[in-house]
Amino acid sequence: MAVDLLAALPLIALAATAIVALLVVAFRRNHLITAVVTLLGHGAAFASLAVAATVIPRQITALLIIDGYALFYMALLLVASFVVSVLAYGYLKGRADPVEEFYILQVLATLGAVVLVVSRHFVSLFLGLELLSVALYALIAYLRTDDRPLEAGLKYLLLAGASSAFLLFGVALLYAELGTMEFDRMAQSLAVGENIRRVFVLAGLAMTITGIGFKLAVVPFHMWTPDVYEGAPAPVTAFVATVSKGAVVALLLRYFAQAGAYPYSSLILVFSLIAGVSMVVGNLLALLQSNVKRVLAYSSIAHLGYVLVAFVASGSQGAEAVTFYLIAYIVTTLGAFGVVTVVSEKDRDADSIEVYRGLFWRRPGLAMIFTATLLSLAGIPLTAGFLGKVYVLLAGIHSALWPLVILLVLTSALGLVYYLRIVVAMYAALPQLETARHRPPVPSSSLAGNIILVTLAIGLVWLGVYPAPIIRAIRLTVASLL
Amino acid sequence: MILLWFIVILLAGGLLAWSVGRWNPLWARGIALGALAIDLLLGLILWLQRPGGVVFSNQGAWWVQMEWPWLPPFGISFHLALDGLSLLLVLLTFFLGLMAVVASWSEIQERVGFFHFNVLWTLAGVVGVFLAVDLFLFYFFWEMMLVPMAFLIFIWGHENRVYAAIKFFVFTQASGLLMLVAILTLSFLHNQQTGSYSFNAMQWLELPLAPATAMWLMLGFFVAFAVKLPVVPLHTWLPDAHTEAPTAGSVILAGLLLKTGAYGLLRFVVPLFPDAAKTFATVAMSLGVIGILYGAVLAFAQTDVKRLVAYTSVSHMGFVLLGIFAWNELAWQGAVLQMICHGISTGALFILAGALQERLHTRDMRDMGGLWSTVPRMGGVALFFAMASLGLPGLGNFVAEFLVLIGSFRVNAFLTIMATVGLVAATVYALRLIQQTFHGPNKEGWKVPDLTLRDMAIMAVMIAALVYLGLYPQPILDTVNPALSHLQRVVEPLGMLAR
Repeated sequence: MAVDLLAALPLIALAATAIVALLVVAFRRNHLITAVVTLLGHGAAFASLAVAATVIPRQITALLIIDGYALFYMALLLVASFVVSVLAYGYLKGRADPVEEFYILQVLATLGAVVLVVSRHFVSLFLGLELLSVALYALIAYLRTDDRPLEAGLKYLLLAGASSAFLLFGVALLYAELGTMEFDRMAQSLAVGENIRRVFVLAGLAMTITGIGFKLAVVPFHMWTPDVYEGAPAPVTAFVATVSKGAVVALLLRYFAQAGAYPYSSLILVFSLIAGVSMVVGNLLALLQSNVKRVLAYSSIAHLGYVLVAFVASGSQGAEAVTFYLIAYIVTTLGAFGVVTVVSEKDRDADSIEVYRGLFWRRPGLAMIFTATLLSLAGIPLTAGFLGKVYVLLAGIHSALWPLVILLVLTSALGLVYYLRIVVAMYAALPQLETARHRPPVPSSSLAGNIILVTLAIGLVWLGVYPAPIIRAIRLTVASLL
Repeated sequence: MILLWFIVILLAGGLLAWSVGRWNPLWARGIALGALAIDLLLGLILWLQRPGGVVFSNQGAWWVQMEWPWLPPFGISFHLALDGLSLLLVLLTFFLGLMAVVASWSEIQERVGFFHFNVLWTLAGVVGVFLAVDLFLFYFFWEMMLVPMAFLIFIWGHENRVYAAIKFFVFTQASGLLMLVAILTLSFLHNQQTGSYSFNAMQWLELPLAPATAMWLMLGFFVAFAVKLPVVPLHTWLPDAHTEAPTAGSVILAGLLLKTGAYGLLRFVVPLFPDAAKTFATVAMSLGVIGILYGAVLAFAQTDVKRLVAYTSVSHMGFVLLGIFAWNELAWQGAVLQMICHGISTGALFILAGALQERLHTRDMRDMGGLWSTVPRMGGVALFFAMASLGLPGLGNFVAEFLVLIGSFRVNAFLTIMATVGLVAATVYALRLIQQTFHGPNKEGWKVPDLTLRDMAIMAVMIAALVYLGLYPQPILDTVNPALSHLQRVVEPLGMLAR
């Protein structure tokens, strides 16, 4: 029992953080204190990963499994959530509304994401997913005096609710047929059971995929993405794009590996189609956008398509590629939304491309970081995104997925256009009039935020130039899953 | 280690030029000049010292090599090597780099530091491409030269620069990714057959490939190199990019970036896929001839000086393609010589076109005419390079094209004759270029300053180089021959069959 608690320490630390932050707010409303408590809580949870590592692999009740794979992804998500908190501090500082609850909601959402990573049972999966979703409804609509966050929050609420219903129905079908909700037991029942009606199993799996696909925002479950990305406060968008998606990808890998769903060729076909369509639609629609947050939204649809190519490739190659690409994607996306956050003004997020015109000549450091992240998203060498793409291509070639590989190559060349448009704007000369008029110092930046951005940029290049240590860690991680 | 220095000096020089450029633009120019001069000097010393016996192994005629492990899990290493072919092209890179920096001395007045940073980083990428033997590293440099080049075009370019820069970037990147897929597939096949990943081109030489696979992979490489070269249906980025780029950008594009495509064909496509490339040779040669004629005809039809020169590049690089796929040592020598001579002559023409635009603020030849009387020095120099471009005997381009034609005549007489027609067309467009700009009445009444001493100095160096290449190209051929003979040995069994 005590060992169980040790293994679950990261989860407990996060839950405790939420409660402590709640109490702090109850006694004394102070933005800085709440933010510091949140960051310390993240630190404590991260540190307790080391404690949990001494007792892995450990199954806790039928619901949770703490293994090397889970710890690796938890570390990733905690770091990402930490970055979001730091960015949010600069973003929320000086706003009139109460801002402390933001951190509580964010910690809860992260807890939900972490539960997804460690679940081996549909009940914990659903718990985690709902914890994540419900916290996100509030977070997306957090700036409630503005129309657009409210609209985005409502949209997310309705669509997420519908997708949860699909997921539940799928789970019910699977349970009715297989008599279990544990992933590995499902695999056993599938292997031995002769009197299983495959139709129901397939329908159940397909419906669970709907629920998961919604969270990943892959085509055709992507409709909410551009509006939510645009409407949500920039740090929340960063959270949706990284922590929420990262957790669901981790879950998907575990689900398919443990529930033995890979042999279902029709499911793999579905995922191949989703991957292909996501790459095409994401990149094509991004071309038509002029709003930076919407561009990033569509580009994230395309990127999840790339991840799914690696996922379809399956095997250890595929799982490694998924993990590496996800790390590269999370670092890059956090950097990109970090810049958007820092450039944003209090009354409106920096989503118009005009805001970025001539940024290089005004704030060269910020513009270079944004350039690095955009080039990484485009997959240009020296950046994490490039090696991620190489990894995915290698996995695709390994499994001879030629149509997807060629599609990936062509669509990512197409994708260059919209990334370059933003880059070009940043390096464009300022109109004389505007250089003469001094702009006020950008309000959303903070020292901590700048340090985080520089760290992310260094990480981006480091992953792109010398990823050998990370690759070793990923190999160990994936080995513990398969 | 000297190979690493070639690249590091450029990278460091770029960073330094950028950081001091804020305080004093002159320092940035000086640093760029210094970095390139040091590299050129190192290269020349290497050339003159010339290790006595060139190591002839199964893997190449390398002079110098260096290898550091980079990503062991995938068998990727930081592996540079230099043979005669790379050496000549690396020297050309430093030489043209110097010319480009001097030529933009007065043209570039804004953001001088960042400009020279981009120039030096592009050149570092080009040098890396010419030296890399590990294909992953090769691709890395291949893309590295792209980004700063695109920056050069869209920050310091002319009217339509954003369109040109994005088009250039997308064309190169799309074709580059196809090459990346081919590279990854080869390394995967290596893993399948030997149990370990490798990106080393020398090890891939021994990899047996099924004919169909080899053909697809060869096409993956060919497309990437064909876009850069450019080969005709894939050339449309070139006139835009060359025209919109600032002078230094045009010089580097025409003089060096196009050569990376030709180099890639010689270094990788021919030895890695001899059978497939041989099967493909007639198609490639036809594309080369089409490029020669099409480029020449379109050059004749242009009214924009820089566009005209850009289309002559399409035409001249057709000779390189023809030579490479003619598949014999003579034609290969011609192709290599053509790469060098075209780099110098077209580079010079772009510098002159840039100088014209700087003075007249137009590139439209219809507004020019009669300039000889006001800028006689420029007229004389332009006449010289136009003559070089049309292949006047006694200048390097003539030797190069002549070698290519002799080499290809024994392989395919019809295509060679068609290519010869291109030489006639070259005369027409070159003379039209001179006639429209420098001769005739000075309708607009232009009165502009002539070339400065600085401009004349670089022009003199380039003229000297072309005359030298035209009268005594033997040292160049001696330098490159071991590399080409090695290539011949790699593809020999087929060469015997063909005869």
